[in-house]
Amino acid sequence: MTAAALKAQFPQVTERPSLDHPAVNVPAAEVIALLGHLRDRLGFDMLTDVTAIDWSSRVSPRFTVVYHLFSTASHAYVRVAADCADDASPAMPTATGLWQAANWHEREAYDMFGIAFSGHPDLRRILMWDGYPHFPLRKEFPLAGLDAELPDPEVVAETGARARPAPMAGGPFVASSGEMNLSEAEPRAKDESWNERRPKPEGAE
Amino acid sequence: MPAEYAFPDAAAKNAAGGFETEKMSLSMGPSHPSTHGVLRLQMELDGEVVTKAEPVIGYLHRGDEKIAENMTYNQFVPYTDRLDYLAPLANNMAYAIAVERLAKLEVPPRCQAIRVITAEMARISAHLMGLGAYGIDVGAWSVFLYSFAEREKLYKLFEELTGARFTTSYTRIGGLQRDVPPGWTGKVGEFCRQFLPILEEILQLLTRNKIFQDRACGVGVISREDAIAYGLTGPNLRGSGVPLDLRKDKPYSGYEQYDFDVPVGTTGDCFDRYMVRGEEMRQSVRILQQAVATFPEGPWHATDARRIFAPSKDKILTSMEELIQNFMLVTEGPQMPAGEVYFEAENPKGALGFYIVSKGGGVPWRLKIRSPSFCNLSILPKVCVGNMVSDVVSILGSLDFVMGECDR
Repeated sequence: MTAAALKAQFPQVTERPSLDHPAVNVPAAEVIALLGHLRDRLGFDMLTDVTAIDWSSRVSPRFTVVYHLFSTASHAYVRVAADCADDASPAMPTATGLWQAANWHEREAYDMFGIAFSGHPDLRRILMWDGYPHFPLRKEFPLAGLDAELPDPEVVAETGARARPAPMAGGPFVASSGEMNLSEAEPRAKDESWNERRPKPEGAE
Repeated sequence: MPAEYAFPDAAAKNAAGGFETEKMSLSMGPSHPSTHGVLRLQMELDGEVVTKAEPVIGYLHRGDEKIAENMTYNQFVPYTDRLDYLAPLANNMAYAIAVERLAKLEVPPRCQAIRVITAEMARISAHLMGLGAYGIDVGAWSVFLYSFAEREKLYKLFEELTGARFTTSYTRIGGLQRDVPPGWTGKVGEFCRQFLPILEEILQLLTRNKIFQDRACGVGVISREDAIAYGLTGPNLRGSGVPLDLRKDKPYSGYEQYDFDVPVGTTGDCFDRYMVRGEEMRQSVRILQQAVATFPEGPWHATDARRIFAPSKDKILTSMEELIQNFMLVTEGPQMPAGEVYFEAENPKGALGFYIVSKGGGVPWRLKIRSPSFCNLSILPKVCVGNMVSDVVSILGSLDFVMGECDR
């Protein structure tokens, strides 16, 4: 199965560079037709994975949705990739009409990248909580996290707690040379900036 | 709702306005003994019959994919332990092979054999845990006690091999953390020999047990078509009669050398899934015995991978070139070509996939973890409806999921 074999039916399909399985690029408008063709005519009956890639905000098209299909008969994989046209509000038609498995995978891609799958029956966040304001796997989202409201208003009213960025310098166990030593750069759940010998700074909780 | 559960003359009373019925909503979890971790099921009940079940996941979300984008390929190995924390050695292997596919790196036969042995031991320990927990869920406590005694023997062997019982971090890209200690494979052979009769004993506690059969037979039936449409993998897929096992169908790490059978179910109910797991343990023992008998000599890591695998410690301390090589590997990470790979390994819970997008260098641009528990749980809204609440417990136990892997 190569892009050339699909050309007859889908003239806009192009070969995608890949190190292992056959892979094709397809315009977003044709992706569902192509997936349906692969499932019904070529025996790729299982949708193993749907995910997205953020190529960073300097690149356009910025988001690519990647599908991995598997054939339970011929035991082959195929990768189908489609770029989202709009970088600011990326969208893609849903594959839930073809596979039920797409439901949760697309919800996850929406949760992590903010890709709206049009026609999805239940497009809500799945790993983060409802009402979380950020899309964590976008490249501009920092590893330490961003400040956000917690989901339960009762808990928030009682404790004033928020989801706060983790205290770390650039990444886990990454010390910027000269600025601090390694033990200070390690991520810490507890505020250890003050102790018996070092006084508590103003404004610390 | 099945007719036998309905209130005898409910229709007549309803018609006369005799009583009002109301659906009840019940939140099961995230802290509940039968949800095996932090799964929450938001259910809607009509009496005791489930009319709607909505899994709420994400309580154990740690952002592993984000973390992977911010560290070198070698640094991510310990994070794979925490995916399916009941079979960390199998996760280590799946991740290592995925990155090796990216680097176009072949590991020597001894390394492959060690990985197969550890992965099959991990499978046995994970299934023992799944079986024991399922037993508790349906009221058979004693299975857990027997299976945990055997699991403990496996963890002793893991500890001897890797230095850790759970968070093993044993594989490296292009090899392993260390070679097997002297006499270790003999101990694995000895474990297999004594384990087989005990396994039969453990399975006998459940297989012909009338109470267990009542709780498992005909409950939570997943049809072959549904199993494929929802992307189920592993024992849950094979329990529905699809003979798909990536060790057999897409062999990796030398699985094609070993002779083993792939068990499949016929009806796709909880009992079939249990039977598939039981038989898989017997087959894993077969693989282990063959791997121990044909255990190859030779190097245990890729020797030609200078830019990927760290040199040995004595070389680092005595040779300038090796010292520089080690320094570069630690600071810059193993150097990978640009490109994309997707690799799935047959883990105890199903097909664990890693999709790696590399732009070259020592850090992945994007690393997606396709977790089998995530896909296996997505069928819950379909399979729970129409069952009683106590059957939901049985279904959850038979699906044998791990939330660390589901939420990532």
